[in-house]
Amino acid sequence: MIKFKLNGKKVQGEEGQFILQVAEKYGVEIPTLCHHKALEPAGMCRLCTVELFDGRRTRFVTACNYPIWEGMEIRTDTDSVHEGRKLIVELLLARCPDVPIINELAVQYDLKEPRFKIRDDTCILCGLCTRICDKMGNSAIGLTGRGVDMKVDTPFQDQSEVCLGCGACISVCPTGHLKIEDIAKHTVKPIPSEYDAGLASRRPIYVPYAQAVPNTPAIDRSVCVHFKTGGCKICAEFCPVEAIDHSQQDEVVELDVGSIILAPGFEAFDPSRFDSYGYAKLPNVVTALEFERILSATGPYMGHLIRPSDKKEPKKIGWLQCVGSRDLNRCDNAYCSSVCCMYAIKQTVISREHSTEPLDCAVFYMDMRTHGKDFDKYYENAKKGGVRFVRSRIHSIDPVPGTDDISVRYIQEDGTIAAEIFDMFVLSVGLEINQDVADLSERIGIELDDYRFTQTDSFHPVATSVPGIYACGAFTGPKDIPQSVMEASASACAATEHLASARNTRTKILELPPERDVGEEPPKIGVFICNCGINIGGVVRVPEVATYAKTLPNVAYVEENLFSCSQDTQEKMTDIIKQKGLNRVVVAACTPKTHEPLFQETLINASLNKYLFEMANIRNHDSWVHSGDPDAATQKAKDLVRMAVAKTNLLTPLKQTDLAVTHSALVIGGGIAGMTAAVSLAHQGYPVDLVERSDTLGGNALLLGKTHKNEDVGSFVTELVKAVESQDLISMHTQTSISNVEGFVGNFKTELRNGESVKTVEHGVTIIATGAKEYKPDEYLYGEHPAVMTHLELDGLFQNNDPRIEQAKNVVFIQCVGSRDDQRPYCSKVCCTHSVKSALDFKQKNPDVNVSILFRDMRTYGKREDLYREARAAGVLFFTYSPDQKPEVRSDGDRVIVEFTDRILNHKLAVRADILCLASSIVSHWDHPLAQLFKVPLDSNGWLLEAHQKLRPVDFANDGIFMCGMAHYPKPIEESIAQAQAAAARASTVLALENIKVGGIVSDICAELCSGCLGCINVCPYGAITFDDQKFVAEVNAALCKGCGACAAVCPSEAPALMGFNNNQLYAQIKSALSI
Amino acid sequence: MPKDVIGSVLVLGGGIAGMQSALDLANSGYYVYLVEKSPSIGGVMAQLDKTFPTNDCAM
Repeated sequence: MIKFKLNGKKVQGEEGQFILQVAEKYGVEIPTLCHHKALEPAGMCRLCTVELFDGRRTRFVTACNYPIWEGMEIRTDTDSVHEGRKLIVELLLARCPDVPIINELAVQYDLKEPRFKIRDDTCILCGLCTRICDKMGNSAIGLTGRGVDMKVDTPFQDQSEVCLGCGACISVCPTGHLKIEDIAKHTVKPIPSEYDAGLASRRPIYVPYAQAVPNTPAIDRSVCVHFKTGGCKICAEFCPVEAIDHSQQDEVVELDVGSIILAPGFEAFDPSRFDSYGYAKLPNVVTALEFERILSATGPYMGHLIRPSDKKEPKKIGWLQCVGSRDLNRCDNAYCSSVCCMYAIKQTVISREHSTEPLDCAVFYMDMRTHGKDFDKYYENAKKGGVRFVRSRIHSIDPVPGTDDISVRYIQEDGTIAAEIFDMFVLSVGLEINQDVADLSERIGIELDDYRFTQTDSFHPVATSVPGIYACGAFTGPKDIPQSVMEASASACAATEHLASARNTRTKILELPPERDVGEEPPKIGVFICNCGINIGGVVRVPEVATYAKTLPNVAYVEENLFSCSQDTQEKMTDIIKQKGLNRVVVAACTPKTHEPLFQETLINASLNKYLFEMANIRNHDSWVHSGDPDAATQKAKDLVRMAVAKTNLLTPLKQTDLAVTHSALVIGGGIAGMTAAVSLAHQGYPVDLVERSDTLGGNALLLGKTHKNEDVGSFVTELVKAVESQDLISMHTQTSISNVEGFVGNFKTELRNGESVKTVEHGVTIIATGAKEYKPDEYLYGEHPAVMTHLELDGLFQNNDPRIEQAKNVVFIQCVGSRDDQRPYCSKVCCTHSVKSALDFKQKNPDVNVSILFRDMRTYGKREDLYREARAAGVLFFTYSPDQKPEVRSDGDRVIVEFTDRILNHKLAVRADILCLASSIVSHWDHPLAQLFKVPLDSNGWLLEAHQKLRPVDFANDGIFMCGMAHYPKPIEESIAQAQAAAARASTVLALENIKVGGIVSDICAELCSGCLGCINVCPYGAITFDDQKFVAEVNAALCKGCGACAAVCPSEAPALMGFNNNQLYAQIKSALSI
Repeated sequence: MPKDVIGSVLVLGGGIAGMQSALDLANSGYYVYLVEKSPSIGGVMAQLDKTFPTNDCAM
């Protein structure tokens, strides 16, 4: 260490350091223009001049490049130093009168007009640019000329091919003198951020986004200058933990695995290939993925809905559907991408929420394909909310001259041409498979279809053509998130059915740190306040809330985070809890519904009981709903934090105990879904009781002919029944119903009733696969005229080779019979494909038959679109009808006359049909006693209600019970099978456990306070409370209790205490709410 | 069943599907190698703002 004096104070620095570095460490400011930490100092600008006293005399030196030595005395603020610097600034001001940084310095040094001759330059010759260019391992620019002619230039004053366009020179230039286009010969563009879909830029070394996992930066070797020149390495010099090693090479790692699952995903269609969309030329024409980023709070505009060209708020936005989908002319993607209708509707709804002024949203579409659960409801709500849906073909997308607006010409349903002007236009781009994925598939020998999706059959939806290799997600065909998640679980099941003997041989048990006993310690609370990017911080004044939190009782530590949920913040939080000895934690952020488990894990990692934790929801309950009133929102955030702290003071550690798991399953329903789940679980090595109400296995599939891929359903069902019957681990119970259910995850006891005989089975998990049934219509002469039939009935005619099929001259299908109406406001998903397939079957039997399909939206989603195209090519006629102008049917001898209005001709047409097939809806078994027995919820249409529509599509909120098949929602066979395999996979995650944990946030009834009124037993929705006749008190089964608190609310004697939410804790919270 | 069955699975792709597969596999007793091309897992879903039809935050 070298000791010396800086402005009279004793300071020290390391050997080889310069004055400027030490001064900075001690907070002494020395102005400089030519210094950059990444570069060797050069002393070019002389602005850092300081006074050095060497023991005998005083002289001036430049602080940036004068090395420190023992005993020297430096003064940075004497009059003569000031005068010297002032002269330098005056000279610079004369040379560069219009440079902002020089003007700022001039103000600081009280200079107005320089006394020297004014020149018109912007370069101060500091040399930073040339030095950094050297450092980058390049020499695209240098100082040329001598004396007054010296300047920064490229060799021969030409635009340089040597320049890599890295932009380092621009980034260090203090005056803004340099322009990349003067230096580089080629056009230089910023590196587009993949995360922001190219709307923002990123660096060569980057973390993709704040919450990225892992949260460590990565170097993009394709753009990093070091990998081009060998120079730079500035990041490595600056990294304090020396984590960056540019010499790392790619390694080939060989792994031994039992199976492979391919989930490579999709890429969004790139519309820049086609001029007609105007995408490449018009900045306000964006892809839906770009628009998604525009709407996102973490996006380039931080969630502020503005258009790219001029950052103005749009008042009118249009969406064009089927860009890169259902399009064989311009691209080769003839399939429907299955998700774009949904995301477009969502974007209209969210845009209208984001927009400060009323926003006109119009969606231009061919068919709205909202075929999933609750999708139609959302669509109808959007329509009611004022979103315009225009069935049309867009002719052209053009600029409006002199503006950044977009003009759209389109052909309306009646054939007339209309034009509209939009501020912004969104292309609903489809999904396609990346070339790399296709190449990989070829290398490993997987068969792909014409669109590069995997070639799978309906009965093995996640199996590829190579045994042992499975596929899921968009790679097997375009699909949405719930379907991807189902397939993901299904592939986990399918991929391990032949690995069951090796289960648990390669896994390790997670070691958790021992829990610290905080019993006797006074509360020491840490409060972490999240900005959630701008979600919270953009409204609530988070620093103010943090300052306030410090004043609350027993709060020992307060911190604000940009994203509390990011991985690095979690690690930091763990360290802080340990270092500061915190014993309770409050996180003021978003909702515990999604984030509580994450933060609880942080507590566990910090050796704290996970129940010593509380969340204050200052986002959903505050910043989101009070976005227009920052003052009130900030006050409310303070209130919420104060309430959380008041409760946290009273939190106590809660215990969970272990209960053994019964390693067998009960599967209810012997259709395709139930049988598939049962066989899958048996392959995993678990015994299964399979219960079927009727006397045969097979369900609805027994009535079906062919799948949409023309596979024979009958022979598959026969094979599946054989597989069930030959499986030793499956016990079949036909003609059996369920009469009673007791128990909970890991330990169910279910009573099976077959006639008079009753049997109780014990099982760890339950899968409900009770299916659905075809709706029997009450219109269109159904049941009154023999020519009118449903799909299943028509399939029967086909299977029995009924002569009516070949004799028919005119066949009509009416879609949406009993679907998408007030009574059943959902789409039955399979009927469009079924009709199109049957129409083709008719045409195959007799090419001269006239087939007409009357529909509302043709929902042949995904690869089914091929069938629709095929049917049109085969001459099947398609007519749309609207629900307020339904077709009319009347009897005409053996035939029926179907009358409808053709909306293109605007003319009434009539067909004398030999067969009228009603594509009737699929309805749930409303009389679902199982739902009550297992206490699982149904939605308003009678479908089993999953725990989360996106992320837990086969789980119930109740642990240990899963669903699959049409009991969840109408679906085709391949989706039923995928869901059945998914249910088996999810069930396996329970069956793989030796024990389950019970307890934690559950009710505990104080026997002394209980008067035995049974009030709690009557309200408990989980059947978790029983009455002890001997002691005359109610008792809680902790394994069944879900901690809903209904018992605690209803009890007149306050006997039940909900652990973690007891009365004292809640009263403290309420008192705290009212205390200001 | 051959004796040298290996109780591990390679999952290629760290989007929502790959992650769900990996979690189910690991939670049912199989070791997982999760391979992702980009620097972080999450895939396209991490880029989405809200999801249909629940309007939940995609992140």
